[in-house]
Amino acid sequence: MTYRAAIIGAGIVGLAVARELMRYEEFDVLIIEKESDVGWGTSKANTGIVHAGYDDEPEKYPWRAKLCRIGNELWHELSRELQVPIEWCGALVLAFDEHDRGVLRELQSRGRANAVPALEFVESDFCSDLEPNISREVVEGLWASTSGTISPYEAVIALAENAVDNGAQLCLETLACQIVVRAGEVVGVDTDKGFQGADIVINAAGMFGDRVSRTAGISDFSIRPRRGEYFLFDRDATPKVHMTLFHTPQPATKGVVVTPTTEGNLLVGPNAKDIEEDERDATMTTRDGLDEVWERASRLVAKLPPRNTAMRTFAGLRPEPNCGDFIIEAYDSPGGLVNCVGMRSPGLTSAPAIAKEVIKLLKGRDLKLTRRRKWKSSREAIRKFRLVPSQEKDRLISIEAGYGKVACACEMVTEAEIKEAIGRGARTLDSVKFRTRAGMGRCQGSFCLAKILALLSQETREPIGALTQKGKGSNVVQGPIR
Amino acid sequence: MAKRGLTCTVCPLGCKIEVEMSDGTIFNVKGNVCDRGLSYAKEECTSPKRVLTTLVRVKGGILPITSVKTTKPIPKELVREAQATLSKISIEAPVEVGDLVLRNVLNTGADVVVTRHTPRPSERSLAQY
Amino acid sequence: MKERFADVIVIGGGPSGMAAASYCRKEGVGAVLLVEREGALGGILPQCIHPGFGLLELNEDLTGPEFADRLEGQVHDLGVKVLLDRFTKKLGYEGDRGISVECISPSGLEVLKAPCLIYSTGCRERHAFEIGIVGDRPSGVFTAGTAQSLMDIYGLLPGKEIVVVGSGDVGLIMSRRFAIEGAHVKAVVEILPYSGGLTRNIAQCLEDFEIPLLLSHAVLEIRGRRRVESAVIIEVDGKQAPISGTEREIKCDTVVVAAGLVPEVGLLEKAGAKIDPATGGPVVNEFLETSLPGVFACGNVLVVNDLVDHAVEQGRLCAGSVKSTLDGSLRRPTSWKRSVPGEGTRFVIPHLISGERDTTFYTRVRTPMEDCRLLLKELSKEVRITGAKPSEMIRLSLKGELLSKVRADLTFEVQS
Repeated sequence: MTYRAAIIGAGIVGLAVARELMRYEEFDVLIIEKESDVGWGTSKANTGIVHAGYDDEPEKYPWRAKLCRIGNELWHELSRELQVPIEWCGALVLAFDEHDRGVLRELQSRGRANAVPALEFVESDFCSDLEPNISREVVEGLWASTSGTISPYEAVIALAENAVDNGAQLCLETLACQIVVRAGEVVGVDTDKGFQGADIVINAAGMFGDRVSRTAGISDFSIRPRRGEYFLFDRDATPKVHMTLFHTPQPATKGVVVTPTTEGNLLVGPNAKDIEEDERDATMTTRDGLDEVWERASRLVAKLPPRNTAMRTFAGLRPEPNCGDFIIEAYDSPGGLVNCVGMRSPGLTSAPAIAKEVIKLLKGRDLKLTRRRKWKSSREAIRKFRLVPSQEKDRLISIEAGYGKVACACEMVTEAEIKEAIGRGARTLDSVKFRTRAGMGRCQGSFCLAKILALLSQETREPIGALTQKGKGSNVVQGPIR
Repeated sequence: MAKRGLTCTVCPLGCKIEVEMSDGTIFNVKGNVCDRGLSYAKEECTSPKRVLTTLVRVKGGILPITSVKTTKPIPKELVREAQATLSKISIEAPVEVGDLVLRNVLNTGADVVVTRHTPRPSERSLAQY
Repeated sequence: MKERFADVIVIGGGPSGMAAASYCRKEGVGAVLLVEREGALGGILPQCIHPGFGLLELNEDLTGPEFADRLEGQVHDLGVKVLLDRFTKKLGYEGDRGISVECISPSGLEVLKAPCLIYSTGCRERHAFEIGIVGDRPSGVFTAGTAQSLMDIYGLLPGKEIVVVGSGDVGLIMSRRFAIEGAHVKAVVEILPYSGGLTRNIAQCLEDFEIPLLLSHAVLEIRGRRRVESAVIIEVDGKQAPISGTEREIKCDTVVVAAGLVPEVGLLEKAGAKIDPATGGPVVNEFLETSLPGVFACGNVLVVNDLVDHAVEQGRLCAGSVKSTLDGSLRRPTSWKRSVPGEGTRFVIPHLISGERDTTFYTRVRTPMEDCRLLLKELSKEVRITGAKPSEMIRLSLKGELLSKVRADLTFEVQS
């Protein structure tokens, strides 16, 4: 069978594109993803900010400048339709000296150029009113009230569920090796599970975007991994912040941030370290990197919780394109190739807007696009029992006793939610974790790991010994003891 | 003459005992407060013994294994073999604390008994008493 | 939403909670509710299949599950009402009007009410991130209790080539379990220059199995994208600072972190109880009453114990205090005196004393000391201790007549 479109990469961009394509009758879509779940590249390991859009100059980075603000606006409705946790908490870019003040003015003018609303200069007193935990050294702030935070992994999962619900095919654990071109036209993708025919191939391969593009003969750009490290604090840690706090940006990076997450955790990071070109999955944390993050973050706030109380440290990679801007392009040769790569910041924010650009590109190729009548715009999230009001909790338990058994004590995640995650395709510990938050609390899974394994085994009939944390090669245990 | 220090494990006092020995013969024991400590020290230095606590397989229980122990310490050098023997044994649920798993393991005079109750699934208590 | 009323609610059915509930009934308390979030009583004991439990309480050397079985027998024989699968989500402290406990259960939400509460929720484990380990985040990194549960409850082998972090008794006992089950324990890594475990455990868990003990070493980094491939260890100096240049990579497929326990005081703290940063547990008076009158604490949540017998004793004390509270005989002094740690000690429990009653104190030394003296200068009293170790709780009972000498503070100092 030949698909109308094959998308390489089930990250936020690939899935946002999949969702858009499934609006149209003419499209059947195959999503090819090498990992055991969606979003396991850059999409799950970033700061989760929905940027306001003042960061980028339209002359320098036209895509980033244009699509960030549009994406920000689109996330309002999209987060509601897909039931993705999002908080419009606002952001403050902080100035500590005259030079910084100048940068704030530059940002504001960029914001105006990008049609970003509600960007105000605020004096240090008002900064403290907005955020009491602000550093005492702040002289001025740029308040971006349209900035927000989102749960990036839940966003990816939501997009995937919605795309699949509308008929897209998701092939996990499938590595795209080669985009096959014949007579100047794309005919499909060679994968490690066989050849898959497709008229259009959309390369959304994130960290591997340049390598995938090269197989189709387009090698006029390169991707370089840039690593950012983070500290994550438990919900009960104090002191926290109520909005996202930024330094004035550097050329390479918006810099270290102190921000609340949608779940009420405190997130601190990232730094920005360019690593070896071929280290495309080097997501380890380092002492130096964490030290750098901590030192920079400490300058933003009056007080951070003690460093050694951090619940988790992690790192993510951004795919830095050598030209600096997103690469969103449909090619004449090979015909049928669309590159959608180099999605460094603000890629997450821009994703819904990027997807619409891809549709525009396809329309521009004289492709007929007819809206499906039965396209489902929304999807229901797994209900977080923890957040359900008491009366409703009681009612849910009476319908489904599994809501009355708490499996993850730290995050109050019930067996019913875990079973639902498994029902929706979770087969690994991490897949259960990202869908339910089981294992994301203060004990980092030490109490619930065995229970989740037992539930996975019970529901999927897989022997416990075969279960993995994150797919092939990551078995949780080494087999039964007898 | 070699000196060896050890902590007696017979009672909570945990006397620090010093044993002088040469060529496998004990010449002197000091630091113990009672005779049981003396016997412990002598035995520990000449023919040390250990209680083995391990697992055996359970058939038809709510969990696939249960914990067992030797009813008294067995020669240290037999622990590996005892473990290997027990690793082949399977018992039927329900099992109760004290149930006999193996009599006189490796002729040591020690039995192996169940230390943890494992019911069958249907016997598992519901939410309340 | 169902409501239940009792004379006392005990949260946590591990050893201290079971003991507290049983003793409440023994003391004649009427309705005793024991609430447990798992589907069975026992707490951590069912997975502690090694002996060493009950030496003081029963004069027997039992394994963890056997000791739990004894306690559970008492719970049922004495008519404690047990509620399993009850997850406590909130503690409401209403002063004179008593305490409310909101629980999630398979039969719905429940609100339990009583004039008294005994909090015995135990601890969670300190994990790899909390001890500053960096690097990859592969499968195969476990806290000791999780590895123990996988092995000794579920019958699964956590790994084959194991590095254990922490040489306290938990780390030592797990090393032995791994070795007996056929895994290769490549090293036990200990950041201090001495092991935290009992000498006998070093002998029977490490020496018996030829497992190297690396003192003054720390695990810096874990490597492995999918599953653990190695651990990078480093030597540390007297202040536990890494000595650069001494890094060494140990190939392994599993890292087990046995780095200590953290009391689970969240609900208590949210209800307003004062917490002692030195223990991580609640501040208590000699009745083991927290800063919330009528709310008592015992077991590992109060202070991390090394002997289950002490946890049981604390449960018993709480029961007595509940009984006295209910019958009105509990006399609080007009002002409390403080028992405080001094030079050489880390903490003292209880924190507040009347100086009018016989009181049992618990403390620990900061560093190992061969022959030392526990000095209570306000009492002009000295207790000689041979071989004091931070990992061995010092338990001291003092008579009321002696304690009456205390004016304001009673300082617990240890000197060589």
